[in-house]
Amino acid sequence: MNTKTLMYVVKRILLAIVTIWVVITVTFFVMHAVPGGPFIGEKAVSESVMKAMEAKYGLDKPLGVQYLTYLGDVVTKFDFGPSLKQKGRSVNDIIFDGMKTSAKLGLIAAVIALICGVILGSVAALRRNKFIDRIIMIITTAFVSMPSFIMGSLLLIAFAINLKWFPANGASKNGLVLPILTLSLYPMAYITRLTRSSMLEVLGQDYIRTAKAKGVSGVKIIFGHALKNSLIPVITYFGPMLAGIVTGSLVVEQIFAVPGIGRAFVNSITGRDYPLIMGTTIILAALIVIMNLIGDILYKVVDPRITLE
Amino acid sequence: MIESPVLRVKDLNVFYKNNKSRFFSKNKKIQALFDVSFEMEEGEVLAIAGESGSGKSTLARAIVGINKDYTGQIWQKYENPQMVFQDPYSSLNPSKTIGWLLEEPLRVDKKKKWSRREIDDRVKEIMEEIELPLSMLGRYPAQLSGGQRQRVCIGIALMRSPGLLIADEPVSALDVTIQAQVLELLENLHKKHGISIIFISHDLRVVYKISDHVMIMKDGHVVEYGDTRSVYKAPQHPYTGQLLKAAGIC
Repeated sequence: MNTKTLMYVVKRILLAIVTIWVVITVTFFVMHAVPGGPFIGEKAVSESVMKAMEAKYGLDKPLGVQYLTYLGDVVTKFDFGPSLKQKGRSVNDIIFDGMKTSAKLGLIAAVIALICGVILGSVAALRRNKFIDRIIMIITTAFVSMPSFIMGSLLLIAFAINLKWFPANGASKNGLVLPILTLSLYPMAYITRLTRSSMLEVLGQDYIRTAKAKGVSGVKIIFGHALKNSLIPVITYFGPMLAGIVTGSLVVEQIFAVPGIGRAFVNSITGRDYPLIMGTTIILAALIVIMNLIGDILYKVVDPRITLE
Repeated sequence: MIESPVLRVKDLNVFYKNNKSRFFSKNKKIQALFDVSFEMEEGEVLAIAGESGSGKSTLARAIVGINKDYTGQIWQKYENPQMVFQDPYSSLNPSKTIGWLLEEPLRVDKKKKWSRREIDDRVKEIMEEIELPLSMLGRYPAQLSGGQRQRVCIGIALMRSPGLLIADEPVSALDVTIQAQVLELLENLHKKHGISIIFISHDLRVVYKISDHVMIMKDGHVVEYGDTRSVYKAPQHPYTGQLLKAAGIC
């Protein structure tokens, strides 16, 4: 890594911090501007109790003061505060527990999508316009155009209710199979299509002809010359893909009742659990920013023609 | 008949498959060369000239073995003819270093297992031949100029000491000043190693300067073949005359 690249990375990290700060600020004020509150439920609470609760969590102070206190705790102690709804648990605990499940879910889905996508895409490119290519293209077109909540529901009906191969509840044994499948199908289909088109482009390049003229054999041309260059678009998709899997898991975790960070996020919003909303939002935003940064750096690694500035 | 031929081509017909897919029709074959026959003496420079689409590159690809769909005979004295292509900007894999690209012909050599040391020595030798500093071995093609890249392409072609080098419009993509340098390099290599060269070009001035024999092609047919100086002095075919006139030579 040269100094120019290093400078670029440092610049991007600084920008990432600014981005996350903006996310914190906007979320904080918008969240408080929404009517309702954490202690308004079906059972009416007396005014004195409400006041006492608000005082306990510091909600009676002016919004500006609350904001500064919160920012201070997050920056200096990395403390997201206590949950207002899940008594006795800190937001840090909830996020950590949720992340264990969600990270497993997301990473397995990403790896499956990447491996299957690259293999299927290469096969389709090498068998261009043959039967197998057409089948792959038809199936991937279907997967790419289907949103995850439909995909999830279909898989649920097929494999959990009718065939009874896997449980519908994400918390039970083998319960993560269907959520992982749901999450991986879209990026897998997308990567298949990306790999196919860029592999076809690369195979038509002059340097492939040069390699043939050198006497390099077919398999070595694919692995030595074509694959790395045709993976460049896939690598650039890597960041957005992981970000997509993170946000996709919000819906998927809800469908399959997976106890992950996505479900904690959705529940925190419906319950107005202010610290949990903030905590999950910050973590998800940070994840997306980091994934995109990693994607851009990988881009440079696979394509030496790219200069990062 | 030539005394010691390096290449003998007889009744060569080359076909292309039309690669575009159509739902209702089968892929048609297109014939690109018609009954091409010629011989080439060892150590000579044979120029093949003609307008684009005349079949020059097709002929070269058939000789090198990239295009295998042909009828007729191609006899070669040496097994490994090498080729230098027109566009040095796209002919080198952008994600590999110059060193890696130069080594590759040795790594895939089926006849001989090259040791690390032998490969390094050969790379050094070739870098000297093509007049590039060794510091460039770690660079990527995008960091080199067009002329430098074409030198690398020539170097790659020379790695396994081929008996026949085919240069397909090797300087047409370069600036005029760089053209002269690359041509000089080819001429020097020819003089030094006595390597036989097929030089494909549409630039008749360059052809005159570099070649011993010239073959003029049109629409897949050979329309004229002969000693370069005699052909330029007295072209037999009207098309050759036209080409020479267009180039401002006669």
